[in-house]
Amino acid sequence: MDSAAAAISCTGVTKTYGSGQSRVTALRGVDLEVRAGELLMLVGPSGCGKTTLISVAAGILDHDEGECLVFGQDLKAMPQSRRTALRGRTIGFVFQAFNLLPTLTAAENVAIPLLINGMGRREAVDRGRAMLDRVSIGDRWRDIPSRLSGGQQQRVAIARALVHDPKLVVCDEPTSSLDHETGHRVMDLMREVAVGPDRTLVVVTHDARIFEFADRIARMDDGRIVEIREGTRIEQD
Amino acid sequence: MRFVAVRMLVGDRARYFGILVGLTFASLLITQQASIFIGLMARSYGFIEDTGYPDIWVMDEKVQFIDDIKPLQDTQLLRVRGVEGVDWAMPLYKGLLKAKLANGQFQTCNVIGLDDTTLVGGPPKMLQGRLVDLRNADGVIVDAVGARTKLAKPPRNPGERSVPLAIGDTLELNDHRAVVVGICEVTRTFQSQPVIYTTYTRATQFAPAERKLLSFILVEAKPGVEPAEVCRRIRATTGLAAWTQQEFQDLTWNYFMKYTGIPVNFGIAVALGFLVGTAIAGQTFHNFTVDNIKHFAALKAMGAGNIMLLRMILIQALIVGLVGWGLGVGVASLFGFWIKNTELAFKLTWQILVVSGVAITIICSLSALLSLRTVLRAEPAIVFKG
Repeated sequence: MDSAAAAISCTGVTKTYGSGQSRVTALRGVDLEVRAGELLMLVGPSGCGKTTLISVAAGILDHDEGECLVFGQDLKAMPQSRRTALRGRTIGFVFQAFNLLPTLTAAENVAIPLLINGMGRREAVDRGRAMLDRVSIGDRWRDIPSRLSGGQQQRVAIARALVHDPKLVVCDEPTSSLDHETGHRVMDLMREVAVGPDRTLVVVTHDARIFEFADRIARMDDGRIVEIREGTRIEQD
Repeated sequence: MRFVAVRMLVGDRARYFGILVGLTFASLLITQQASIFIGLMARSYGFIEDTGYPDIWVMDEKVQFIDDIKPLQDTQLLRVRGVEGVDWAMPLYKGLLKAKLANGQFQTCNVIGLDDTTLVGGPPKMLQGRLVDLRNADGVIVDAVGARTKLAKPPRNPGERSVPLAIGDTLELNDHRAVVVGICEVTRTFQSQPVIYTTYTRATQFAPAERKLLSFILVEAKPGVEPAEVCRRIRATTGLAAWTQQEFQDLTWNYFMKYTGIPVNFGIAVALGFLVGTAIAGQTFHNFTVDNIKHFAALKAMGAGNIMLLRMILIQALIVGLVGWGLGVGVASLFGFWIKNTELAFKLTWQILVVSGVAITIICSLSALLSLRTVLRAEPAIVFKG
């Protein structure tokens, strides 16, 4: 496994929550390599460890054993402040519930990663507007999230994940709250703007309708990667 | 991220106003109760301030406060005048005498007798008439509030208002006729009795016959001589107590602080305001943070460090603190303005503003600390939990 060329390289990663009788093992020795520039989908039933794995891979959760390198760096070994800063610069997030700040406009929401990285407000919001243009809702830059449809909010969330030009974008169930047509449009958009030679996209989903957009699909079950397939389709159980 | 913090705060109007209500209430209660307390306490030495002119007050050494009159022999006046460094010394009578009103009722009044020649120690402001009119036969000057209220004449017709005492009206002081020759404005006294000024000789005639009637000796130090040094000399030479004006005010203030329950009662009200403010504002601020915990966690996931989040929460605490404090102080000031012409005591000093500001800062700091603890403990991974 050439971890230097990989965006994410996990070897023997384990993670357990709780202790005693309430102990739950979420990851049981996961080996996974995500190649730079690909769109990898992480699929599997609820509770199989998908969310835990992307949390570890994105450096927001510490694993117990094994090794997980992100662009060759072991985030777990870093001091918290450095890890947070690195995450702010190199990783973009699209959350299942979007997590847009309800009192900020769309452009201001998109500008947040830039503000976190120290950019001035005006420039950050201008770039946020430009990013909204790229995801085709530039005309709604002044609207607060409650005035936007689910699909539009998802576009704002995608714009926010991309605005600071991260090398890795992590999406958690990006189409779970969208209808089929909107979900397809969102994935089209993701492929168009979020995937490229310098950007890797990891999508956690159990929405089989969007599997066709994946370069590779890793199927998890009971805390392990049980199958990795190249191509655009995976058989459903 | 400052504007994000501000927008998160003010955008959630219900919570924002909830926090403001708590802080405004605390600030109002602390400022208003403290102002009433200071106003009330200032009345205890209001007469000393009104008398103004002399540097030094001389009295019996056992006197504990301004209304604790222990009369001196008239000869003490001459002894004080003989002390080195004394420029002049004048007698002052102060006593409670009963005035018989036109309706036959009696009203206890604070009668002040001024040196017949110099009239030193007169009221700070004359509204009608002149101070020198005290030299007219049976002349007295009455304070405006007393003339309007407790000394007022009965209404001309039933159901109408009482008629304020005016220049030319007469009243009886201890069976002696007194003619009103002026109306003055004075600081309200602690007991809120009407204040009547007259000459020293006339006051001693109004007063019941006693061996000693001299209440205080007002002394002015010679130019270039420190009043404190003159006080020391008077004490050493005569055995009487001699205080500078400020010292006598402090003596009176301290007596009321030590021997009355006033500070404790107001202290309880102020503490209650602080506690209620802390409870309401702290709880609401914490709820606001808990409600936004997913957003804070998202910010953490996106790379916002602890220092950044700390700053955001401090900015939010600063805003609600400043606005809440300002509103509370504003409402307290309006209250003070509204009761300006009533008998209620209210004195808003810059020290009270500082105290209420510090109290609100403590409340906000505690609230921010509580919220910060919640935010710093928040696991950013919760944003992936649907």
